[in-house]
Amino acid sequence: MWPKANKNEHMKVGLFIPCYIDQFYPQIGIATLELLEKSGCDVSFPLNQTCCGQPMANSGFAALSKDCDKNFVANFRGFDYVVGPSGSCVLHLKEHLKDDQHPGEAEYIRQHVYELTEFMVDILKVDHLDVSFPHKVGLHTSCHGQRGLHVASMSELVAPEFSKPEKLLGMVKGLELSKPARQDECCGFGGTFCVFEEAVSVKMGKDRIAEHEANGVEYITGYDESCLMHLEGILKRDGSKIKAIHIAEILNGKA
Amino acid sequence: MKTLTHAQAAEQFISDGPRTDWHNDTLWFVRQKRDKAAHGLPEWEQLREWASQIKNHSLSNLDQYLIEFEKNAVANGVTVHWAANGEEHNRIVYDIIQKNNIRKIVKSKSMLTEECGMNEFLHAKGIDIVDTDLGERIVQFRKEAPSHIVLPAIHLKKKDVSDTFHEHLHSEKGNNDPQYLTEAARQHLREKFVESELAITGVNFAVAETGGFVVCTNEGNADMGTHAAKIHIACMGFEKVIPKAEHLAVFLRLLARSATGQPITTYSSHFQKPREGQQMHIVIVDNGRTKQLGRADFRNSLKCIRCAACFNTCPVYRRSGGHSYHTAVAGPIGSILNPNIDMRANADLPFASTLCGSCSNVCPVKINIHEQLWKWRQVLVAEGYVDTTKKIGLKGMAFVLAHPSVYRLAGRAGRAVMRLFPFVLNNKLNPWYKQREMPAPPKQSFRDWYIKNKKS
Repeated sequence: MWPKANKNEHMKVGLFIPCYIDQFYPQIGIATLELLEKSGCDVSFPLNQTCCGQPMANSGFAALSKDCDKNFVANFRGFDYVVGPSGSCVLHLKEHLKDDQHPGEAEYIRQHVYELTEFMVDILKVDHLDVSFPHKVGLHTSCHGQRGLHVASMSELVAPEFSKPEKLLGMVKGLELSKPARQDECCGFGGTFCVFEEAVSVKMGKDRIAEHEANGVEYITGYDESCLMHLEGILKRDGSKIKAIHIAEILNGKA
Repeated sequence: MKTLTHAQAAEQFISDGPRTDWHNDTLWFVRQKRDKAAHGLPEWEQLREWASQIKNHSLSNLDQYLIEFEKNAVANGVTVHWAANGEEHNRIVYDIIQKNNIRKIVKSKSMLTEECGMNEFLHAKGIDIVDTDLGERIVQFRKEAPSHIVLPAIHLKKKDVSDTFHEHLHSEKGNNDPQYLTEAARQHLREKFVESELAITGVNFAVAETGGFVVCTNEGNADMGTHAAKIHIACMGFEKVIPKAEHLAVFLRLLARSATGQPITTYSSHFQKPREGQQMHIVIVDNGRTKQLGRADFRNSLKCIRCAACFNTCPVYRRSGGHSYHTAVAGPIGSILNPNIDMRANADLPFASTLCGSCSNVCPVKINIHEQLWKWRQVLVAEGYVDTTKKIGLKGMAFVLAHPSVYRLAGRAGRAVMRLFPFVLNNKLNPWYKQREMPAPPKQSFRDWYIKNKKS
């Protein structure tokens, strides 16, 4: 079932659970942990972790996130890899994590921090999953993971197509995957954009949902819970039957 | 009247749902045409890379190429003027008009003259200019600014155009037929072309080695104007200069494909020297460009060739309209150019983005637009242009997130941590809650679960 399991045995993985997932979506943290453990990784969750610093930095306050960065490095140094179930948090760390007192360790983390699906495909080389999810599912391709981490190819570029989350979802029995007409348009979350530009943010979210609705999906999934949280907020308010679900929960088979 | 911020103006725009959808879909259609054109060229990414490098090289050697351009243009019989800012630019144009005692003036599309506020400046002096680009003429009748740099009237529908033409051209009321309306504009503009004494154009590319320049239009209105008038004034920002004519082979292939999905603009007109009896002037404008060139993080925004591909792909632009950006050049590129011109007035623009990155991917000269938006946010905060409530909230957030024990306590204490996140306060004052439910707080955090179940 997990062919490369024994090969990953001595791979020390630091589990990075973004703050809002820790607080609001513990089941995604659990699914991520179990997925990594099933692959044979030696996983631990450093208890003093808080946040990647992105909410401050994207609002123009990167200068304020220094201590947050330091705390991150203190928690995650010494691991072979750092893995988290959120593309945009991981991208932020990759691009901006700094620690003047431990520059080498910060650099190591920047180079070895992975979003869950890219870690599963590129490092763990998962090629088979023994799980099923007999539902019609729409994939939301979140921007930061896609255009920043290259989790999937981009519709703007003239380049070969690929998608790591799609590859993994393709291994789930019974899952019928559909993509929205504008396959990689932003959902409108955008960090603090979601409140400071509330009208545009919600309109963008509604438009994404309408395309998934047109495909008749039961679930919208993705690798970035922040986008899904925003879409879920709209779905619930509008009384929709469509549910948002993080990809880790589907891949872990307990959803 | 106080200018609305982007967020306020966008909210107004969106309040008309069907029109917002139409605007969004129309521009998405243009983006799709661009995709089709780009995917038709296997060498597309190579062309973008070449264009980017030529522009980088030109910007690094601007002094040299501008002097070479001036020398060659003067040798061709062209008069070259230099303007440090918009005011000087307008003054130069005004002086030429005065000196030659001109009354009838036509102008084809030039975003630079919009940037300099030239029409308003001349109007205040009793001189009226007729914009001859169809879209620009429509917005000019309506006393509006263009809402898009390539499609100036894209915020208007057929009926709006019909009403406007009925009022100004006495066309048939209620006739929304595009053919009929275009014909009305055509007849009107023909008259203006024939009687014009002076024609103003923009410049898409200025070629240093020849002293010539290229003006791209789809309507041929630049040519109609310049062919009839005895004076031609071409206005250009100084970043328009490229080293060699052969480089046009790269840019002309990219420009129209990126803009509208056409292989090339219908007219790519090369101007070299004045014809006999004609005066030709070029006004080369700085207006803040030197300052932008000196900002290491933002200098390459000057590579822009004004194709507007970043407008068409931008999910925020498509749903908020060009006027919400309250500047001559709207959209993502405008949001990184305008803070340089006036940081206070344009401090809202770099925040009018989700940083999705699509703009950088469609840019034919590979400007890292979304990264510059992020960097402008840092500059604007550091320089004190961000309002204090936002500042206090994010400072509090930074403190809690830097102190694990406070974070944990905050989380447990009835999830007071919710105060950290702007989206979880369940009341009407919270913008998250206006149209979205908040996530339901679980019984325990992941950390609590982990300590209970995993930690040995």
